[in-house]
Amino acid sequence: MTFRDVRNTIYPVVGITIVLLGWQLYTHLLGINRIVLPSPLDILSASIANWDVLLRESWPTFLESVLGFALAVAIGIPFAVCVANSRVLNLTFYPILIATQSIPKVAVAPIILVWFGLGMQSKLVIAFLVAFFPIVVDTAAGMRATPAGLLDLARSLRASSIQVFLKVQFPAALPFIFAGAKVAVTLAVIGAVIGEFIGSVGGLGNLLLTANSQLDSPLAWAALIWLSGLGILLFAAVAIAERIVMPWSEIGHH
Amino acid sequence: MTLLGPSGCGKTTFLKIVGGLISASSGTIQINGRDVAEPQPDFGVVFQQANLMPWRSILKNVLFPMEILRRSDSAATLRAKELLALVGLEGFEQSYPSQLSGGMQQRVALCRALIHKPKLLLMDEPFGALDELTRMEMQDLLLDIRVKTGATVMFVTHSISEAVYISDIVAVFSKRPSVIADYIVVDLPYPRAAEIRYSAEFTDLEHRAGRALGITR
Repeated sequence: MTFRDVRNTIYPVVGITIVLLGWQLYTHLLGINRIVLPSPLDILSASIANWDVLLRESWPTFLESVLGFALAVAIGIPFAVCVANSRVLNLTFYPILIATQSIPKVAVAPIILVWFGLGMQSKLVIAFLVAFFPIVVDTAAGMRATPAGLLDLARSLRASSIQVFLKVQFPAALPFIFAGAKVAVTLAVIGAVIGEFIGSVGGLGNLLLTANSQLDSPLAWAALIWLSGLGILLFAAVAIAERIVMPWSEIGHH
Repeated sequence: MTLLGPSGCGKTTFLKIVGGLISASSGTIQINGRDVAEPQPDFGVVFQQANLMPWRSILKNVLFPMEILRRSDSAATLRAKELLALVGLEGFEQSYPSQLSGGMQQRVALCRALIHKPKLLLMDEPFGALDELTRMEMQDLLLDIRVKTGATVMFVTHSISEAVYISDIVAVFSKRPSVIADYIVVDLPYPRAAEIRYSAEFTDLEHRAGRALGITR
């Protein structure tokens, strides 16, 4: 471990410790009711006492987020490639995409539930809908941002459009695609939770709502922490995938 | 041959038309009696920017044209390594472009332009973004490569001394609207080395080009 590694680990830990300590002192010294604001230790003990419930309820939320995100990647990237490379497709579909994006997803969620039921499918669809847009927008931007010099080079060799796409355009767009994917994966978790809030039989969102209605604030907060943990986990997974797919991005950019 | 002219005079446009990258608004370009209206695979191109692909290793960057031309084989890899050695980049095959300096990147771009043994090398101010010392090194390297590969070079620059130093012929473009203001045959002997820059003949040729450009009398 270098000095930089140590520093990069210690500073965030110090920051979190300060916040938690202040929070603990605040609730303790002022005698705040734990229903209004549980202390970090209350949340920790609720998290330990209910770890099996939390873990069980994490699973559906995890699946909904990941599958919704995966679907958004699988459909969003090819869609963006088509839209970015064809003027006709761009003019035909991009306005529709922008129009649908401006509809608040929370407002659509009840309709989705009517279509897909209370189970996991409806949450998966909502997660897909919120993750789709950033992936399409960033991928399309990446497709259009290919350096002109590289395109000239490919053209001077009479590269076919397939070769240009596979060997130049797509690799050049990868940083954009991953930027979109990182935003999308955290949004997918939010989408899944929105779905669970509107109506569900399981998941961390459901647990949070149930705990809240029973005035079990420590458990509700524990569910919240687990949710953010899930978001961080998925974000980290995409970041690791980025490093594996684009090993060159790590070199010379510290 | 070098196209020398002030910025905005159309020398880059002319080079791109020769390369078939843009089409001429009127007139035709003929090379060895053949009309060139589209890119020719037996041309090599070097731009002002190295335009390397950050996701490819140096070796793979050099091999890029061979992949496009579907001639990527072990012989091509061997030639790529030879070219890299020729420009002094032995040992950098597996590095990535971001690990190289600007001058080194431009040398990689030169190797990439030469990998498919082009008969004509089109160079658009390739050393314009480099510092003076690196630039002089690259000019010597180019003279060396010309001898070793036998390729014809069409070179664009706005540096008078660069034009005189590396060329057999300098076509001087005037300011817009551009005409060929002078067509200078450089009969300095080969091999040329840096000392020649201080010779009377060299200075005379620089003067003549300067007069054609309208900056000296």
